[in-house]
Amino acid sequence: MSQLLQQIINGVSLGSIYALIALGYTMVYGVLRFINFAHGDVFMVGAFVGYYAAPRIAPLVGGNLFLVGPIVLLLSMIVCSTLGVTLEKLAYKPLRFRPKITILITAIGISLFLEFGGQLVFGPDPKSFPTLIPSTTLIDTPNLILTSTPVIVIATAVVLMLLLRFIVMRTKIGTAMRALSFNQQAASLMGININTVISFTFIVGSSLAAAGGILYGSLYPSINPLMGVFPGLKAFISAVLGGIGNIPGAALGGLIIGLLETFVTGYLSPTFRDAISFGILILILLFRPSGLLGRYEAEKV
Amino acid sequence: MKLHVPLSLKILVVGLVTLLGVLALSSIGCNSGGGSSDEILIGEYSSLTGTTATFGTSTHNGLLLAVEEVNNGGGINGKKIKLLTEDDQSKPEEAATAVTKLINRDRVKAVIGEVSSSRSLAAGPICQSNGVPMISPSSTNPKVTQIGDYIFRVCFLDPFQGEVIAKFAYNTLKVKKVAILKDVKNEYSIGLAEFFSTNFKAMGGEVIGEQAYSEGDNDFKAQLTALKGMNPEAVIVPGYYTEAALVVKQARELKLDVPFIGGDGWDSAKLLEIGGAAMENTYYANHYTTSDPNPVVQNFVSKYRAAHNQTPDALAALAYDAGRIMFDAIKRAGSTDGPKVRDAISQTTDFSGVTGTISIDKERNAHKSAVIIAIQNGQLALKERIAPSSPAQ
Amino acid sequence: MMNASGKKWAFIAAIVLSFVLAQFQGEINPYFLQIIIYVGINTILASSLNLINGFTGQFSLGHAGFMSLGAYTASMITITFQATPGATSSYVMFPVALLVGGIVAAVAGVLVGIPSLRLKGDYLAITTLGLGEIIRVIIQNLDFVGGARGLVGIPKLSDFFWVFSVVAIVIFMISNMIHSTYGKGFLAVRDDEVAAQAMGINTTKYKVIAFVIGAFFAGVAGGLYAHFVSYITPSQFGFIKSIEIVVMVIVGGMGNTVGVILAAIVLTILPEALRGVAEYRMVLYSLMLVVIMISRPQGLFGTGFKRFFKKQAA
Repeated sequence: MSQLLQQIINGVSLGSIYALIALGYTMVYGVLRFINFAHGDVFMVGAFVGYYAAPRIAPLVGGNLFLVGPIVLLLSMIVCSTLGVTLEKLAYKPLRFRPKITILITAIGISLFLEFGGQLVFGPDPKSFPTLIPSTTLIDTPNLILTSTPVIVIATAVVLMLLLRFIVMRTKIGTAMRALSFNQQAASLMGININTVISFTFIVGSSLAAAGGILYGSLYPSINPLMGVFPGLKAFISAVLGGIGNIPGAALGGLIIGLLETFVTGYLSPTFRDAISFGILILILLFRPSGLLGRYEAEKV
Repeated sequence: MKLHVPLSLKILVVGLVTLLGVLALSSIGCNSGGGSSDEILIGEYSSLTGTTATFGTSTHNGLLLAVEEVNNGGGINGKKIKLLTEDDQSKPEEAATAVTKLINRDRVKAVIGEVSSSRSLAAGPICQSNGVPMISPSSTNPKVTQIGDYIFRVCFLDPFQGEVIAKFAYNTLKVKKVAILKDVKNEYSIGLAEFFSTNFKAMGGEVIGEQAYSEGDNDFKAQLTALKGMNPEAVIVPGYYTEAALVVKQARELKLDVPFIGGDGWDSAKLLEIGGAAMENTYYANHYTTSDPNPVVQNFVSKYRAAHNQTPDALAALAYDAGRIMFDAIKRAGSTDGPKVRDAISQTTDFSGVTGTISIDKERNAHKSAVIIAIQNGQLALKERIAPSSPAQ
Repeated sequence: MMNASGKKWAFIAAIVLSFVLAQFQGEINPYFLQIIIYVGINTILASSLNLINGFTGQFSLGHAGFMSLGAYTASMITITFQATPGATSSYVMFPVALLVGGIVAAVAGVLVGIPSLRLKGDYLAITTLGLGEIIRVIIQNLDFVGGARGLVGIPKLSDFFWVFSVVAIVIFMISNMIHSTYGKGFLAVRDDEVAAQAMGINTTKYKVIAFVIGAFFAGVAGGLYAHFVSYITPSQFGFIKSIEIVVMVIVGGMGNTVGVILAAIVLTILPEALRGVAEYRMVLYSLMLVVIMISRPQGLFGTGFKRFFKKQAA
């Protein structure tokens, strides 16, 4: 119990990363009504972009960490957005009117392709993620050690989430996204270009995943091509927990799952960590499929 | 217009297709295997891809060096060694398939493999039932050589390793209360943790806490925070370097600055790369160290560096020794006949290996010393050598 | 279509044939025998999943979980009662062990079938995936079956006869079911569940039956697998394994019995033939999956049930 504060910090920093990834899942679901299984692997690609970019960018700005970090972050977001949109245009768009099963399997296929392709291209061994966040100790007591790293991770995640909220609530294209998630037909009748909005959704979602990758690499500096599998699943569970299609819900869900996992690992047993997360998923789907903040959608005949 | 094909016909077609496919495969297979008569075929199965790819690559490189050396010296009794390597993708079931292929299709005379005990356990029974001698370079789980009389190893066992770590912790570091953080997904880690515990407690020490993680995990802060609260004097992490490096790094971030001790699973160039400065004040048990002045060791290290531009880790050294012991046995046996090679291997005594002076005992295990490596100033240094308490049998 | 008695004769002939061929299995190179056995096991797995995914349209991603339950249960029985290959008692013990394994898996099938009542499409897929993982984690924590380190010393009782007898049974049973009222029920659920319900069909019953039977045979396949490799670990029955089986059903054509069998054969032999480029195997697999789904979702061999893939109104 003495370590409670420490565990909370651990949980919140992990949860904020899950939230970033979960937002991508929830937005794509809201607009396309499908679960993009490959999203977790976009997160992985983001981390690897950081790995390869950082040593090349650092000399250009004289090793100034306050510059390298944001530049790498931006670069990663651009690369991943491109990847996301490309995947959407090549693989998901042709299947837009096909049964859900088809596109689901396609997404799984792409996910596996990124994972094993990553192993081939990057090598399967874990790589040491470069330090992008200058690490200083802020609080040093026996019961709580706080370094700058989790603080900056959480702060960055919050800033990005606020940015997202602004985009979704205050901009034209954000409003178009929301319209599309309410009713695709009506939205297109109102003159909204569905393809543009969908592409935009993927851009935003993939950027957030990329950011998640960079932040995750900064917190846990060992990256490998399969690193997106479990965080991806956990983020998906977070999105469902919060209410899939609901943006604040995804953030809330991420936080809850992050905290829950940390507490289960620390106070119960790490072996049950994954089982409990899946258990939550199943309970939610059975008893409250709309999630904590979501609306219930009746299936109309 | 759909053709109404009766089910029985469909099944017939399916059956014929299968048979044809199998026949086709066997005809491809029949040409290879056996090799020419002036070659000795040796099989190797290792994890060249997958989660433990670095283990497999090191092992492969070490073994290759041994093969090249022997062949450059004219081979064994005039015949050159041909090494056939199969990748098991770091999976036990693939190890079994790989070995079945090596033995039944390629007709190797002997097998070297594997690093991971679970993969040795999967493939060992196949070698045993086919009467093909197998030497594992680095599987430390006792169950491996218990498979049968054709299965050997050239590394020490985990019970011994556990004892070594316990002795080091208690006698040298003088710590009496330790915590353990083990990998529950890994037979090696669970076993080593247990052996350490038993020995440490027998010496008078106390294990005040135990936490666990799963191979592949990234986040150990929860476990480390819990352990920190118990105030251990040292933490034992009997897992692989992939997690150990992160564990130590996160521990230091949480200001858990006590010594961390590990086993041979820590041995890799990546350990320092991932762990960085956090690795100061850590130790691990290992099979050898490059700072050993013994000419056999230095010779190996310089040859390996020349060939691969890297410092050989213990896995490479063990594979090198495994190969050389296998070749030496074949030479002594004067033939590649399974039973004869098997007997020659079991008679190996005082073999001058890179990883120590090796004798194969009654249980087909290696009798040799272990070293403790300390990480100081970002370098690996030989801290201590610990010999087995009982003499060779 | 063939009449009932014709099928029965084909079935009996198949069993006799596998018994006869089994006598020669010592002559075949063990490496090839191994491949053939894997073909048989994968055929059982793919066919049983075909019943759930293909015919009933319930998207299950946790099939490996059923397989593992059967594998572990059957193995614990044969290990406890010390069955040995060749002993006459084994000829009774093995099928009993396989059956019990299948039943345990079938019970799990009921438990998985129940959530399926309320979930559709993606949600069902994720739930079955989660359940499969939960099963794996539970086994990983059971020390008496070896936990994460695996179960050693399983007697090697599987051979050509047992494997291919079960193959014959599976094909016979499933093709019989499909051409009966059950089959109509499964297909009705798949094609339009709401309409089926409105017509008074008990969709619950059919979904659960599909899961139970599919799970049962997956469990038996698991038992056969375990008794061939003699050493099983929980990680062998993870999500990736489930995906491999799903790929066979997709490539073969969902709901196409013969297509799925052919796919199982091809997809078992292909990785072995591609041994030299093993590192590309999974990359090619996933690429193939994507390409097939985009260009030919009815699978390489088609389903003949083209209605299912007609374009739905936006």
